[in-house]
Amino acid sequence: MLLVPCPNCGPRDAGDFRHSGESISRPDPSSATPAQWREYLFLRNNAADWRVETWYCRACRTWFSTERHTMTNRFRTPPVDVLEQRGES
Amino acid sequence: MKRLNTGGAAIDRSQEISFRWNGKRTSGFAGDTIVSALAGSGIDVFSRSMKYHRPRGVMTADFWDPNCSFQVGDEPNVRGAHRLISDAIDVSAQNVWPSLERDFMAVNSLVGRFLTAGFYYKTFMAPSRLWPVYEKVLAKFAPGGTVDWKSEPGLYTSSYLHPDVVVVGGGPAGLSAATAAAREGAEVLVVEHDHGVGGHLRWGTDSDRAVATELEGEALAAGVQILTDSTATGWYEGAWLAINQRTVPTAGVVEKLIRCRAKTTVLAPGLMERPYVFAGNDMVGVMLAGAARRLVNLYGVLPGERAVVFTANAEGELAAADLEAAGASVTLVDARTGATLHSAEGSRNRLEKVVFGDGTEIEADLLVTSTGWTAPTSLANMAGDKPEYDDATARFFPTERLESASAGHVMATGGLAGDGSLEQLLVHGADTGRAAAARALTARNQMRAATARADRSMVSEVPDAEKPAALGRQPHLAMFRAETHGLVDFSEDIGSKDLLGAATEGFDSVELLKRFSTVTMGPTQGKLSTVNSVAVLAEHHGQTIGEVGTTVWRPPFAPISLGALAGHNFAPHRGSSIQSWHESNAMVPLHAGQWVRPDHYGDPQGEAANVRSNVGIIDVTPLGKLDLKGANVPDLLELIYVNKWRKLAIGAVRYGVMVGEDGIVMDDGVTAHLGEDHYLMTTTSSGAASVWEWIENWLQTERPEWDVVVTPVTTAYTSINVAGPNSRELIARLCADVELTESAFPYMNVRTGTVAGVADCIMWRIGFTGELSYEIHVPAGYGRHVWDALLADGADLGVRAFGVEGQRILRLEKGHFIVGQDTDALTRAVSAGIGGLVKLDKADTIGKPELAWAAERSDAPQLVTVLTDDGSQLPSEASQILGPDRSDGRPNILGRITSSRMSPALGRSICLAQVHPSVAGAGSRLSVLLIDGSRIGAVVHDHHAFVDPEGERMYTDEETSIEQQSRGRANTRRGGPAGFASPVHAPGSLATVSITDETNTAKIVMRSATSSLDIDFGTSRRDGDTLLVGSRPGEWMAFGPLSKAGELTEALRPGPDSKTIDLTHGRAMLRVSGEASRDLLSHVCNVDFADDFTPDGAAFGAYVAGVMCDLVRDDVDGATSYLIHCDRSFGHWLSETLGDLAGRVV
Repeated sequence: MLLVPCPNCGPRDAGDFRHSGESISRPDPSSATPAQWREYLFLRNNAADWRVETWYCRACRTWFSTERHTMTNRFRTPPVDVLEQRGES
Repeated sequence: MKRLNTGGAAIDRSQEISFRWNGKRTSGFAGDTIVSALAGSGIDVFSRSMKYHRPRGVMTADFWDPNCSFQVGDEPNVRGAHRLISDAIDVSAQNVWPSLERDFMAVNSLVGRFLTAGFYYKTFMAPSRLWPVYEKVLAKFAPGGTVDWKSEPGLYTSSYLHPDVVVVGGGPAGLSAATAAAREGAEVLVVEHDHGVGGHLRWGTDSDRAVATELEGEALAAGVQILTDSTATGWYEGAWLAINQRTVPTAGVVEKLIRCRAKTTVLAPGLMERPYVFAGNDMVGVMLAGAARRLVNLYGVLPGERAVVFTANAEGELAAADLEAAGASVTLVDARTGATLHSAEGSRNRLEKVVFGDGTEIEADLLVTSTGWTAPTSLANMAGDKPEYDDATARFFPTERLESASAGHVMATGGLAGDGSLEQLLVHGADTGRAAAARALTARNQMRAATARADRSMVSEVPDAEKPAALGRQPHLAMFRAETHGLVDFSEDIGSKDLLGAATEGFDSVELLKRFSTVTMGPTQGKLSTVNSVAVLAEHHGQTIGEVGTTVWRPPFAPISLGALAGHNFAPHRGSSIQSWHESNAMVPLHAGQWVRPDHYGDPQGEAANVRSNVGIIDVTPLGKLDLKGANVPDLLELIYVNKWRKLAIGAVRYGVMVGEDGIVMDDGVTAHLGEDHYLMTTTSSGAASVWEWIENWLQTERPEWDVVVTPVTTAYTSINVAGPNSRELIARLCADVELTESAFPYMNVRTGTVAGVADCIMWRIGFTGELSYEIHVPAGYGRHVWDALLADGADLGVRAFGVEGQRILRLEKGHFIVGQDTDALTRAVSAGIGGLVKLDKADTIGKPELAWAAERSDAPQLVTVLTDDGSQLPSEASQILGPDRSDGRPNILGRITSSRMSPALGRSICLAQVHPSVAGAGSRLSVLLIDGSRIGAVVHDHHAFVDPEGERMYTDEETSIEQQSRGRANTRRGGPAGFASPVHAPGSLATVSITDETNTAKIVMRSATSSLDIDFGTSRRDGDTLLVGSRPGEWMAFGPLSKAGELTEALRPGPDSKTIDLTHGRAMLRVSGEASRDLLSHVCNVDFADDFTPDGAAFGAYVAGVMCDLVRDDVDGATSYLIHCDRSFGHWLSETLGDLAGRVV
């Protein structure tokens, strides 16, 4: 079973989590075109690469983003874009 | 075969055990396998082969023997050369008719040349209409035992283990690795497939076994845990090793599945002997060197008097020596000198002579071959490696990828890694063990540092030990097939000729060949046949084995029983605090998710009718309830509901509908404005958990700046709906402090008051049933008390309990829809008839664009009420609604019935339906297709309610207000609640563990985003009878005596934005203590309970037997003890489950 790194609880079995898939940003609902909204609802990159995902840890009730490589199942937390914001990468 | 007078290290000749073989009494000694016991009494034929029904004898004399599967009692396919005999077991041969000695299906062997690979596919393909006949005939050819459907279920358990290092294989290298790792301070587990450790030393000479015993002693002294008769069946994602323990020390447990997550895995499975392909290689009397050595050395059985040993390595020489010492005359023929084997010959598939390539013939009753080794690389493959074939040694080896794919956390030693003297293997094992321990301890430090309670700066790296020097490789002749053809797969009866034929037909890649011929797909899972089948294919292509490649090794490594896979099934059940009343009042249960609810009490129609005429009460505790606190709650409500909420006054209740971002109806319910910045939301019963996570998601990811805390309080309250014309009178008799007149407590309002002496009951007036009704939310510890009071005081008012079915009838009479019943995954708000509720002039609302676009369209189906022309007709739910047939004559589907019931109020059937807008208008004619194919007429009703369309029944006349005196009675007659009730059913103290109920504890939760107590998340602090816990990031809990609830609440006020909620009634709490408490919890919880991971004071959330719980390690007087609390509704089930398990497994 996949070992998922919860930022609070540490590595835990994937069964302790809810996986909500690739992270996506929400378009502005007041100006979104149908095409943009459908993309937000249904389209994902699904790349064979690192991707940012959203998980929910049921032990600490926390939604968090982490990066997982879809080919190796390795994780890196926090995601690289967060590291970039902090100037750490 | 015969039993020798001496020898046999595994057996105890002083203990004779008798059992039955094919109906006859026979016996063996303690320690015998079924096959060794039978062999000892002279039996040498154990089965008939799968396809040709040829008599078969011993081949490997271990778990993998393809010829020794038996029916033992009600258990089919038992590995007879592995399973030990026990008193009075009933063993019989499989795949024979009428008996092992005379098997009619042996005629197959006469037509064998027609039964080539693919025979069944080709022969039974056409005509396809005859397949049912073919199937029946072919089923009789299927091998295997019989399943007894009436057999008693056995207890199969499972548990979680978290060692630092797991060593797969207890041979010399594995034991050496384990001991070395343990001496470095690692917690080590050894998994041994066989009944004892020692690997090849075990079936060797006495001095070999002495070495094995010494190695085992050293391992045990170093603290290594050894599991024997246990197989690591698969290596899964995240270094998750599944271990099937077949002999479990706990009495009454048949088998166990251990989910083992070690930090580092050492693979030391040794090597397996590979059979040689030649004519007659499946004859009775032909076996592998290991088989002969096991029979002689472990069981004192002589497999033959006149033996020929054909060998290409030292193992054959050792077998020859063992046989000679046991009294057989042995001819040793060494392939390394150029000798070749031609065939084994005899009659009735029994060996009589061995023929060599040079024409030499030797009369013999035993032919032992030792011509090569197969590396069991399965776990290495599963861990990400692609083992490579080495021509010089004629076997596969793991590659560098094993370490790179696992970041260094899977290593190999022993025969899998290379060859060497015993001394060299021990050194390599020890070096590997030390390196494994260093990596594992570093990983352990990292994991511990990542847990909530740890100081994350304290990651200490254990210096990596020196990488072990590679083992050497001993060259070996590449021997797969002699010049003659023989069997490749003994369990599937597939020969080299069949494989070459299949390859010629075009099935010439390994994967195709395997599936077409079924080679390697039998019970031995290719352990004996994979490499030989690849070798035959390589021969066909004129390539090397490395070039042809091999099939993928997948789990399980060894076949595993379905019982072990299923394990102990934990299916949590939830119940309300009134459950015991329901159960003793003829409840017909309705299983709604995990909830067990009263569907009705025997008369749903009568129960519903009584609500309309008198008053009914229903337990609606499963309704999801979320406590919402904070300044931004109205913003949250506006976001997640389609309607508006800012103007909801304190004391008012409003109905709301939630949609997803796709505009599809997701949930509905009412939300009450209880006080300043304080709301109580209800959701559907089934949506409670998902709505909560949904709201948390919005708050945490999209609106983190909002001041809102959400706390699930679903079973903190027992919810009782009191409905019917007499409901006001009934409430008045029990409640003195809430004014109940129409003007003081109007429809869609909420009040808090005392009911039957229970303070802090939340009451709201709503009308799902269409009657005057009050929904009372009672602090759950007193729920049963209020329920009993309602029944007692309402007797003269005609009060009667009603169930879910009664409520469904009543709401359908009123035309109210149920999310998920009358809506589906395509239903938008406008279809559900709540288009008017949707308000888009808000800053934002979930699904806003979809709601706007849906409003512009006119093609959405509509939810309408429908009456059949004949009121006695009740169309079943999901019946289709049809329009006039289409021009092509096919039916034109316009919708479907979503709900239908007989209405006691109307005395006829009533329906809700989703229909096309063209037929949604009142009076539209519909045709409903019934299950029997007939069509009946129906009409769209002119109002959304069948009963009381004006809604008058939900109100009462202001003037008929309740007499003050009747209200007064409540105070005089009713005392307070009888006592705080707990759902926990704790067994108390058992032998090594005690489980006690601590539900009777004040439990206060506090949440704050900005201020904090000086207790870190994941830790706790005990102060006498109170316990303060850092339960989650930004959340603290306090536990103490009930009388201290106020004090605890005060203690939890660090800052102005802190919000406290009393969960005393919402959580069941139990304490598990005693020396076996950790072992008990390891059966139901995946957390590592080791002292450094879970020290005294540690606090964490985890699933316990499938229930999400909060745990605190709270040792009592130095003795290990765990406090577990969970949603109250799980309390009864969880305590009974733990109690039951404690009595059986620890």
